[in-house]
Amino acid sequence: MYPVKYHKATSIADAVAALSAGDDATILAGGQTLLATMKQHLADPSDLVDIRSIDGMAGVSAAGNVLTIGAATTHADVAGNADVQKLCPALAELASHIGDPAVRNMGTIGGSIANNDPAADYPAAMLALNATIVTNTREVAADDFFDGLFGTALDDGEIITAVKVTAPSKAAYAKFAQQASLFALVGVFVADGAGGVRVAVTGAGEDGVFRQSGMEAALASGWSEAALDGVAASEDGLMSDLHGSADYRAHLIGVMAKRAVAAA
Amino acid sequence: MSSGIGVPVKRKEDKRFTTGKGKYTDDIRKDNQAYAAFVRSPHAHAKVKGIDASAALAMDGVIEVLDGHQLTGDGIGNIICGWAVNSKDGSPMNMGAWSALATEKVRYVGDAVAVVIAETQGLARIAAEAVEVDYEALPVIAHVMNAMTDGAVQIHENAPGNQIFDWELGDEAATDAGLAGAAHVTSIDITNNRLSPNPMEPRSAVATYDDAEEHYTLYTTSQNPHVARLVLSAFYNVAAENKLRVIAPDVGGGFGAKIYIYPEEITCLWASMKTNRSVKWTSDRAEAFITDAHGRDHVTTAKMGFDENNKIVGFKVDTVANLGAYMSLFSSSVPTYLYAPLLSGQYDIQNIHCNVRTYYTNTVPVDAYRGAGRPEATYVVERMMETAARELGMDPAELRRINFVQSFPHQTPILMAYDAGDFPKILGMAQSAADVAGFAARKAEAASRGKLRGMGYSTFIEACGLAPSKAAGSLGAGVGLWESAEVRVNPVGSIEILTGSHSHGQGHETTFAQIVADRFDIPIESVNIVHGDTDKVQFGMGTYGSRSAPVGMSAVVKAMDKVEAKVKKIAAHTLEASEDDIVIEGGEVKVAGTDKAMAWHEVGLAAYIAHNLPDGMEPGLKETAFFDPVNFSFPSGAFICEVEVDPDTGETEIIKFTAADDFGTIINPLIVDGQVHGGVTQGIGQAMLEQVIYDDDGQLLTGSYMDYTMPRAADVPSYDVSHMEDQPSPNNPLGVKGCGEAGAIGSPPAVINAITDAIGNNDLAMPATPQAVWRAIQAAKPVAAE
Ligand SMILES: Cc1cc2nc3c(=O)[nH]c(=O)nc-3n(C[C@H](O)[C@H](O)[C@H](O)COP(=O)(O)OP(=O)(O)OC[C@H]3O[C@@H](n4cnc5c(N)ncnc54)[C@H](O)[C@@H]3O)c2cc1C
Repeated sequence: MYPVKYHKATSIADAVAALSAGDDATILAGGQTLLATMKQHLADPSDLVDIRSIDGMAGVSAAGNVLTIGAATTHADVAGNADVQKLCPALAELASHIGDPAVRNMGTIGGSIANNDPAADYPAAMLALNATIVTNTREVAADDFFDGLFGTALDDGEIITAVKVTAPSKAAYAKFAQQASLFALVGVFVADGAGGVRVAVTGAGEDGVFRQSGMEAALASGWSEAALDGVAASEDGLMSDLHGSADYRAHLIGVMAKRAVAAA
Repeated sequence: MSSGIGVPVKRKEDKRFTTGKGKYTDDIRKDNQAYAAFVRSPHAHAKVKGIDASAALAMDGVIEVLDGHQLTGDGIGNIICGWAVNSKDGSPMNMGAWSALATEKVRYVGDAVAVVIAETQGLARIAAEAVEVDYEALPVIAHVMNAMTDGAVQIHENAPGNQIFDWELGDEAATDAGLAGAAHVTSIDITNNRLSPNPMEPRSAVATYDDAEEHYTLYTTSQNPHVARLVLSAFYNVAAENKLRVIAPDVGGGFGAKIYIYPEEITCLWASMKTNRSVKWTSDRAEAFITDAHGRDHVTTAKMGFDENNKIVGFKVDTVANLGAYMSLFSSSVPTYLYAPLLSGQYDIQNIHCNVRTYYTNTVPVDAYRGAGRPEATYVVERMMETAARELGMDPAELRRINFVQSFPHQTPILMAYDAGDFPKILGMAQSAADVAGFAARKAEAASRGKLRGMGYSTFIEACGLAPSKAAGSLGAGVGLWESAEVRVNPVGSIEILTGSHSHGQGHETTFAQIVADRFDIPIESVNIVHGDTDKVQFGMGTYGSRSAPVGMSAVVKAMDKVEAKVKKIAAHTLEASEDDIVIEGGEVKVAGTDKAMAWHEVGLAAYIAHNLPDGMEPGLKETAFFDPVNFSFPSGAFICEVEVDPDTGETEIIKFTAADDFGTIINPLIVDGQVHGGVTQGIGQAMLEQVIYDDDGQLLTGSYMDYTMPRAADVPSYDVSHMEDQPSPNNPLGVKGCGEAGAIGSPPAVINAITDAIGNNDLAMPATPQAVWRAIQAAKPVAAE
């Protein structure tokens, strides 16, 4: 690792100040992506601004049927939270299968969303649940947040503080793991909720997470596995790599979508 | 005997390992320690036009930057291959020069060109990035089948067409005739996927230099510290043998990858002298993937002919093996003498011919990895048997059974003389444990859930304890393949065993103590095993090829014979009895049938006090022995794998894995079961998960655990393991055969045979990933002649 300065931010203002003071300062959350990248000398930030101890950054609250999940809430805490389990069990279930126990006890929902890895699980949930991403300056709809591979609508130094999710009437996530990394080779999140019927796919798209409109239309006219029968996912725009070519991923989207519908 | 032969004693060494008290090479810290980081080629093939280290040298805390010209200038020798294999036309193998630090050319991504020595590890790595190397990229051969094409770039000048040798074994004309007269011929084209060994502990070296004594010490992750010292001294000219001590302390797994003496150890030793500092280098996982010797990587076509009674009449095998960019220490022996002689399997085959061509490619060197040649052979034979059975419309177990070798000793036409075994019996044990009879019902039940069930066999034989030295020498081995032991009985009766075998996970501190406890009827706690230090232990050959029990323990037994003889003489003299009447039992040395006895420790004391020894007897109680076996030992086994495939995704679950084997005498069933569990897990890894993949530019695509899949606990079932012990090896005193590699050798074909059975398509390559299986299902040509 290259030398780096560490700051433990005590408030949003403190974090913002530290982020703008450093030459190339970066937010640190669970470090499960960032630190690994730094150890491989693939990232060289001047400063790390740890946002996890800022008041209100971690934890879940529920108001009516709206969940507010702090950005620094770990995957394990999302998975184990009673409100999440009650209002959106599909999200708790998703969090419980991210990586391994070490990753789940360190990694955070904010870090995962900010990183927008094309094979990460949360982005599919955010899109399908029509979630709102709350930052220190604004609120952004999930539809407008994720932008290509590892890209987001975040400005430099903008800090995600929470995500807001409205309880869906039905939802489920089906993931087919890439065998080595256990990230999603294909993950499909289906939901019938505030944003209507939505089907979001992660792991497969050349531009990252996306909504499968053909499947959304089919499910909107009847929520059943059979409704998906004729709806083949196209391999256009899908990734091909050593773990799966586009046609296999397209096929898996169909299989996982049906499994998710059956589980919802 | 509570801790003797056959008792499932818990491992003595595990307290230290499970409480974090193990002492590994990276745990060693010297007062004047500096750190090495290597400057490695990012190109798979390039000329080195110049190295500019000025920016690195200018950094605070950088001690020195050294390159290959300085290394060769100091007379450090090129890396050797220890087994000379000639081509079938008699010409010697084309050995390309390999310097620990490359000078003119780099030949794989990771090839080291320079080393930075700095005050901290972090700094050394940062400074290594600041060393500017001027490369001129050359065309790349990343895949072995491209090495032999017309106009392919030359990797080594002295290897035309990149060929290292073109070797054969067996009678080609007789085999062709056998095939020509066959009633049925089965042909297969298969690959043996390239693997990365991944011992849990990455390689590490700490080299110290004492300028007053002109003496070096190397702490290193080695399976064979004496061989390392010999080679470092005699071939690499690092230091005279008496000026070099090599210590391999606790070592966290080897699997073959820690047999070799790598550029890093050579360089650290030399750099410790150049800088007069202790120099430490520890690989991280990314570096391990591009520097530890890889395993396997064969492309094979094979034909087997059967007569009208389905007896094998000929077996012809043609293999291309990739040895990577340079010839590693035993690389030449793996696809030849450790491979082709095993192609007779458990079968009585009169005509066998095998041709092996080996090539250089711009990839990491390839050498022995758990099983070394024998998994490759077993995979060819056992996929062949299963495929042939399907083509012939026969029960695969029955086709095997009617072709089994039935009487021993059995001389194959390809060098091996099988000494003992009972193949039908082990197959029967496996079949009943696997409940083969109930399979049809289980398959039907799975089908009702939309799942495809399959069952696959592998009945294998392997050869352990490479031997005898004379025979190995006549086949080109540069070393003898014996083992040494010293048994030191202390004046208080406790015992130290100094063995040339090295334990890096095998549990020698327990099993070697068990054979001593058994022999002298003393508690296992009174026995200590000393190994892994060339200053303490007499020369020994180390641990690989499942040799520690058949060869290493046998040396201990021979030394114990000598100790026992002397103990009996001393006791007979003291107790005024005849030597023949003396027995050793219950912690005593006594006159049989009387109450005249000496405590075991009193004999030890008498030997050292030496007040009352028989006339002419030397004092002391310490004996040395060297054991050179007369033959290999031949462990064998029958594995049965049952799988369930999800046709929607291609995902395969191993429902049951049954391993019945013949390892001869079992010293400790707990440890033997553990070896089988680990070996089978590695075999399942090869069959379903693991594969080293290079792109066309020779860049490693599977360079971390994010892309290279190691088997995890959830990928494997709870194994059903059983042992047959009634055919001990006649070639060593304990009757042991070796168990370290069998699991990895026998399991891949069992897994693939099960999956191909489930999906009804024989055309499936390892690793059988979900995608590969799904594609094979889509392609489903039904299996012929059901
Ligand atoms: C072995 C392993 C397996 C994994 N498996 C999976 C998996 O199956 N599925 C999956 O989805 N993920 C997986 N991950 C990734 C894991 O979920 C990470 O935790 C997550 O991607 C990043 O979260 P973090 O809190 O660790 O963020 P960090 O690593 O600390 O940061 C990641 C990035 O986000 C930025 N960032 C962090 N927090 C904020 C914030 N509040 N506002 C703005 N920017 C921020 C950082 O600056 C950095 O650029 C795995 C990781 C590992 C190591």
